[in-house]
Amino acid sequence: MNTSDSRRPYVRPMAGWWRRNPFFVEYMIHEATALFVAAYALVLLVGVMRLAQGEAAWNGWLEALRSPASVAFHAALLAAISYHCWTWFRIMPRTMPPLFVGGKRVAPALITACGLAAAVVCSLAVLILVWGATR
Amino acid sequence: MKPISRRSHAPIFWGLFGAGGMLAALFGPVLVFITGIAVPLGFIVPADAMSWPRMQAFAQHWAGKGVLFIVIALFMWHAMHRILHSLHDLGVHAGFALKVACYGLALLATMVTAWLLMASGF
Repeated sequence: MNTSDSRRPYVRPMAGWWRRNPFFVEYMIHEATALFVAAYALVLLVGVMRLAQGEAAWNGWLEALRSPASVAFHAALLAAISYHCWTWFRIMPRTMPPLFVGGKRVAPALITACGLAAAVVCSLAVLILVWGATR
Repeated sequence: MKPISRRSHAPIFWGLFGAGGMLAALFGPVLVFITGIAVPLGFIVPADAMSWPRMQAFAQHWAGKGVLFIVIALFMWHAMHRILHSLHDLGVHAGFALKVACYGLALLATMVTAWLLMASGF
């Protein structure tokens, strides 16, 4: 900063800017879900690594997944990634180009509802697929 | 006059971010639930749902390999793009070094996953 400037213009401090408004706090929380998405990707990456190392390594990884700490961690991952899902589709009407059907703009709430419905359908499809394949 | 040949590579990263974000929104919760909660607790799906022979067969099938690769790689690209921009929001300048660190980590995870899936055979 140029201290010889006698004008001393007001510079709005930026530190902690996101704590000033509930909207920004919410924004930072949904941005923070990325940490959980990365963590889950790394959990799976370790799983793929243990799988490539052989049966004993794989069973060790499965055993680690059964520990209470791991289940609690995955519960936190589930909460954060579900929150990512919710905010992703809530913001979608603003991040995608305007969608028109029959000359009328599709309402943002409808786009969000369709996205969330798609997530429910995908989740059920995967559950049924896994249940059917492993029964 | 020299033609403008330098195109921005931002759309590539944004595309990977968007694809990963959509994949995580549609399939993230159910995948975490199955691998991290349902299988370890033997809840809804059998406790041996991720047994060695089954997962070995899954990872050796081209479709299983594809699922594992796409999920891990796109989740990482989505997350690292978002972390890069959040650090900028927190006042950390998103300069070249930070971009290399963030996207480099995503690229590293992508390449390690591809290598491991190749090493686990067909």
